[in-house]
Amino acid sequence: MELFDNLALGFSVAFSLQNLLYCFIGCLLGTLIGVLPGLGPVATIAMLLPITFGLPPVSALIMLAGIYYGAQYGGSTTAILINLPGESSSVVTALDGHQMAKQGRAGAALATAALGSFFAGTVATFLLALFAPPLADLALKFGPPEYFALMVLGLIASVTLASGSIVKALAMIVLGLLLGLSGQDIYTGTPRFTFDVQELTDGFDFVALAMGVFGIGEIIRNLEDEKQRSLVAAKVSSLMLTKDEFKQIIAPVLRGTILGSALGILPGGGAMLSSFASYSIEKKISKNPKSFGKGAIAGVAGPESANNAGAQTSFIPMLTLGIPSNPVMALMIGALIIQGITPGPNVVTEKPDLFWGIIASMWIGNLMLVLLNLPLIGMWVRLLTVPYHVLFPAIMAFCCIGVYSVNNNTFDVYTMALFGVVGYVLVKLDCEPAPLLLGFVIGPMLEEYLRRAMLISRGDPMVFVTRPISATLLALAAIALVVVLLPSVSKTREEAFRE
Amino acid sequence: MSFIRSPKDVLAGLLFIALAALFAWQANLLPMGSSVRMGPGYFPMILSGMMGVLGVIVLINGFRFHAEGATGIAWRGLILLTLSALFFGAFLRPLGFLPALAGTVFLSALGSQKFHLVTALAITGVMVVFSWAVFIWGLGLPIQLIGPWLGGY
Repeated sequence: MELFDNLALGFSVAFSLQNLLYCFIGCLLGTLIGVLPGLGPVATIAMLLPITFGLPPVSALIMLAGIYYGAQYGGSTTAILINLPGESSSVVTALDGHQMAKQGRAGAALATAALGSFFAGTVATFLLALFAPPLADLALKFGPPEYFALMVLGLIASVTLASGSIVKALAMIVLGLLLGLSGQDIYTGTPRFTFDVQELTDGFDFVALAMGVFGIGEIIRNLEDEKQRSLVAAKVSSLMLTKDEFKQIIAPVLRGTILGSALGILPGGGAMLSSFASYSIEKKISKNPKSFGKGAIAGVAGPESANNAGAQTSFIPMLTLGIPSNPVMALMIGALIIQGITPGPNVVTEKPDLFWGIIASMWIGNLMLVLLNLPLIGMWVRLLTVPYHVLFPAIMAFCCIGVYSVNNNTFDVYTMALFGVVGYVLVKLDCEPAPLLLGFVIGPMLEEYLRRAMLISRGDPMVFVTRPISATLLALAAIALVVVLLPSVSKTREEAFRE
Repeated sequence: MSFIRSPKDVLAGLLFIALAALFAWQANLLPMGSSVRMGPGYFPMILSGMMGVLGVIVLINGFRFHAEGATGIAWRGLILLTLSALFFGAFLRPLGFLPALAGTVFLSALGSQKFHLVTALAITGVMVVFSWAVFIWGLGLPIQLIGPWLGGY
C-alpha cells in the first residue's frame, strides 16, 4: 500500500530528534497561547514567522502547525476550568464544560475534551493522508480558469461562514485583494499602488500587515476594557470517566469528528465553525436537550472533537491547492513562501518528506498534547494569573523585533504600525479583518490566473462558464452567496453566532 | 432622532467608498490593456469598482437598519502603541537595539490604564535582557546593540 509507505516516510521524518523537539515546542507554545486570552494563534504564528527562516522547512511547518492545534487544546482547558475560552473555537466548550466543573466534574470534562480531541485528531490525520494526494492529482489537471473559479469559491465561502455583515466582509476581501496587488506588476514590472514610495516596490509586507492587524490592532482593542479577570478555578478532581460517561461520549465524539473533518476541508471552515455546528447538532438530536447548558457531557465531547478535526483537515486545501481556508493557513502559506516553496499540488510529489512529515507530526503532536496537558493543568491555570498589562508590552516587543528581522528593514515596522491603526479602526467599524488577510494572500494569484485564463480564451469571459469544473465551482460560489443573503438563513446565522 | 441609524455602517461605507476612489484613481494612471492582454490597471480597476459598489450598499444599510453605536475608543492605547512601534522603527538604527527596545516596551506599557512605573520598568528590564538572549545571542540577528548616537560605531 502506497499510503503506508508514505506514512512510514512521514513518521521517519517526524521522529527525527530535531522535528520531535520542534513539534514539542509548537504544542507547548500553542497550549500556552491557547490558555492566555487575548493572544491567538494568528498573532503568535505571525510573530514566529521570522524565526522560522533559519529552520529547515519541515521543522518550521511542524512547529507552526503544532501552535495551531495546540491552541485548540489550551483554549478548552481554560474554558472548562474558569469559564474563559482562550480561543474562539472553545467558546461553546465553556457552556457545558464549566457547568460540569462547577458540579465537581472538572476532571471528567477535561478528560473528555482531551480524549475527544485526540480521537478526532487521529482520524483527521488519516483523512488528510488519504484524501490530500488524490486531490492534488485532480488539482494538477486544473487550468487557469479552474484555479480562478476555485479561489473565487474559497473567498466567497470564507465570507459566508464568517460572523457579522456579509457585505462588509465582501468589501474587506476586495480591499485585501487590492492591497495584495500593490508592488510591481508581474508581467510588465509597472509599479502599482506604491504612491511613489521606494520601499513599496515589492508591495506591502505580508508579515507586517498580519502583525499590525492581528497583533497590534488586537492589543489596542483589548486595552479598551481592562477588567480584572476573576479567577475561581475549579478544583480538578479525578480525571477518570465513569463507564456511563464513557458510553455517553462515544457517539458525540464520532459525530463531531465527521462534522469537523468535513467542515475543515471547506474553504473558510476550520476549528471555530466546526465546534459551533457540532454543538447545535448535539443539542438538536439529544434525547435530553434541556441538559445542555447545565453540564451535558455530550456538549463538551462533540465540539471538542469537531474543532480539533476541523483544525487538522483545514490543512488539506492549503497543502494540496495552495489556497488558504482561514487566516492561520494564510500564514502557513506565507511560511512556505518564505522558505522558497510554492504551495500547490506539486508539493505532494516534489517534497514528499515535507508533506508526509507534517501529516505524521500532527498525530505525534496530538499524542504529546494529551500527555502534556492533563498533568500540567495546574501550571496552565497559574499562568492565567499573569495580568494583561504585564503581558502586552512583551507581545509588542516581539512584534517589533519580529517584523524588523524579516527584511532587516525599519520600513516594515512603520507598515506594521500603520496596519495596527487600520486594524483597530476596522474592528471598531465591525469589519472583521480575517477576510482582508485572505484577500491579501490570494490577490496576486487571483489576478495571475484571471489574466492567463483570458489570454487562452482570447478575451472571452465565457471560458469560466463553458468549462465544466470551473462552471461548477462558480455556481457553488453563487449559490453560497445567494443562500447566505436569504433573510431566513441570515437570521439563523446571526442566532448561531450569538449563542 | 437622527436619520443615521447605524453610525458604524455609515462610516464603514464612507471609508470603503473613499478607498475605492483612491485605488481607482491610482489604477487609472496605469495602462488598462485589453481583456485579452490585461494591463496592470485592468484588474485593480474592476476591484475598485466592486469596492465602491459594496461601500455604497454598506452606506445605505447605515440609513436603513438600527445598530449599536460605537463604544469608547481606547485613545491611550491607540496612540501609545502606535508611537511605540514608530519609536522602534525610527530609533533602532541610531540608538541601537537595547535602548530602542527599552523605549518601545516602556512606551507600550504606558498605553495601559493600569500603568505602574515600577512594574513598567521591571517589564522593560526583563524584556530587554530576554530579547537580547533570544534574538541577538540565540538567533544571532545582525543588529547593533548600541547605536552611533550613543557612542557605538
